[in-house]
Amino acid sequence: MLNTIFAAKFKDFSDNYKCMKILVCISKVPDTTAKISFTDNNTKFNEDKVQFIINPYDEWYALVRALELKEANGGTVTVINAGLADNEQIIRKALALGADDAIRINMQPEDAYQTAAEIVAAMNGEQYDIILTGKETIDYNGGIMGGFIAEMLDLPYVSMASKLDKNGDVFVLEREIEGVKEIVEVKAPFVLSAQKGMAEARIPNMRGILASKSKPVKVVEPSGTGARTHVAAFALPAEKGGCKMIPAENAEQLIDLLKNEAKVI
Amino acid sequence: MSILVFVELQNGNLKKSAFEAAAYAADLAASRSTEAVAIALGESNGDLEQLGKVGISKVWHVADAKLNHLTSRSYTKCIMAGVEQTGADTVVLSHTSTGKTLAPRVAIRMNAGLLACVSDLPDAEGNYRKSMFSGKAWGNIGNKEGAAVITVNPNAYTYVVKEGAAAVEALAVLLGDNDFDYTVKEVINESAGMTPLPEAELVVSAGRGMKGPENWGIIEELAGELGATTACSRPVSDIGWRPHHEHVGQTGITIKPNLYIAVGISGAIQHLAGVNQSKCIVVINKDPEAPFFKAADYGIVGDAFDVVPRLTEAIKKMKAS
Repeated sequence: MLNTIFAAKFKDFSDNYKCMKILVCISKVPDTTAKISFTDNNTKFNEDKVQFIINPYDEWYALVRALELKEANGGTVTVINAGLADNEQIIRKALALGADDAIRINMQPEDAYQTAAEIVAAMNGEQYDIILTGKETIDYNGGIMGGFIAEMLDLPYVSMASKLDKNGDVFVLEREIEGVKEIVEVKAPFVLSAQKGMAEARIPNMRGILASKSKPVKVVEPSGTGARTHVAAFALPAEKGGCKMIPAENAEQLIDLLKNEAKVI
Repeated sequence: MSILVFVELQNGNLKKSAFEAAAYAADLAASRSTEAVAIALGESNGDLEQLGKVGISKVWHVADAKLNHLTSRSYTKCIMAGVEQTGADTVVLSHTSTGKTLAPRVAIRMNAGLLACVSDLPDAEGNYRKSMFSGKAWGNIGNKEGAAVITVNPNAYTYVVKEGAAAVEALAVLLGDNDFDYTVKEVINESAGMTPLPEAELVVSAGRGMKGPENWGIIEELAGELGATTACSRPVSDIGWRPHHEHVGQTGITIKPNLYIAVGISGAIQHLAGVNQSKCIVVINKDPEAPFFKAADYGIVGDAFDVVPRLTEAIKKMKAS
């Protein structure tokens, strides 16, 4: 009898307490200060001596804001990444920052479409309340990953979000777009792309780093979706012709040069 | 097969980037001996026929006030209605925040390859040149599919303005509540009459060398005289001297104006990543060792408080003469 009452009470409790599930897509990119060069007749990025990091928009804004929401409201934060075994290093950093677990799709991604399709496949039907990406990666600069995932899952998409707050059962977001700030309200589940303003960068602490070592990283094999675009070749930009110095006492000369030499004003 | 170009409106007027995307689509269509048709969404103040000047013969217009603000599902539904009307196998958009939001949805519905952030028409092999690694390299991207969705980098594609007026035709698209991703509660204009940074041709930017927010008057005067948009470096927006939306650089806004004037900014690599695609860079810094000079076209080693007001005066004189 007592057991039945407890069971009923517990069911009541679990129905009312919905645990928020958040998925953050992270990408591995060359560090901002990395020297960019190519091999194999300019068809392959030269990884030699390059330090790799989590794409700053994915880490500083998307992941950190997801962790703040979890800390305030409860729930779980899962990070997902498409890459080979050497991506473990950036995945461990995300776990050290506070993510609960990770999924790594064991593949070398070729384009954003393929990566999005594999992320959706690796979710394996699991429902997430919020799926976050950065507004773009600093290597391919496409800014299209969030839109692909939203379309594949048929979810609302809030792009270029600079603020995310939970207000009862709705989420209030700000979008900073060309000269305009929009305040929008959306119900979960939805996809967003994060930009500056969402959160401040965090540094993993010793406890987080130690805890990250025992957090689960599930490795899944790709479903085999093909890419729809390919990089035929890379090229480095032409070298600048050098800086023409103008003595400070003749600063006015600059205006003449901008008008008649550079022809930009 | 014809080409459909999505042209963006802001407050009912065509954006500058809309003309660039339309010109790109018209030129691409001409190279394939086909035509480019435009589609515009939301209420218009009546400038849509201007697209004829860049080679667009017809504009489909869905003049529904509910479309005055972007949501990705409603806009995608309308663009796909345009694709059906025209039978287009190629859709062109601007690589703006709106274009980036819509292009992936449209690409999936068309089973198309998405060529994002391109600067030029495809080359002889059909590859598209795009800026990568935050302006530190170019990539030549090929499409593996028959259909294509292309987003054109703002302020990158140059075109010729011709005579002509496009025919504007109404297009009705039935939109239900489920077609809107979210409710837009409020829209705040932050640009204060200036061209928004991602579209600006002229930008005057300043950094910590200005010593304090109270000293920005000379920067604003120079920008005002030039008709330029103001910007700032990351430290300056982080400590609250300037608003966040002015921050250009790796983690802020990426810009590619014709002229970027940097005052009192040392030129950290993270800052350069956001501005290195500017056509002409001017650096004004009192430190001759500032790394920014290496990336500049013109440099002045001097005190901003002396140099900047003199530049403003010189522009006034130039305009008067």
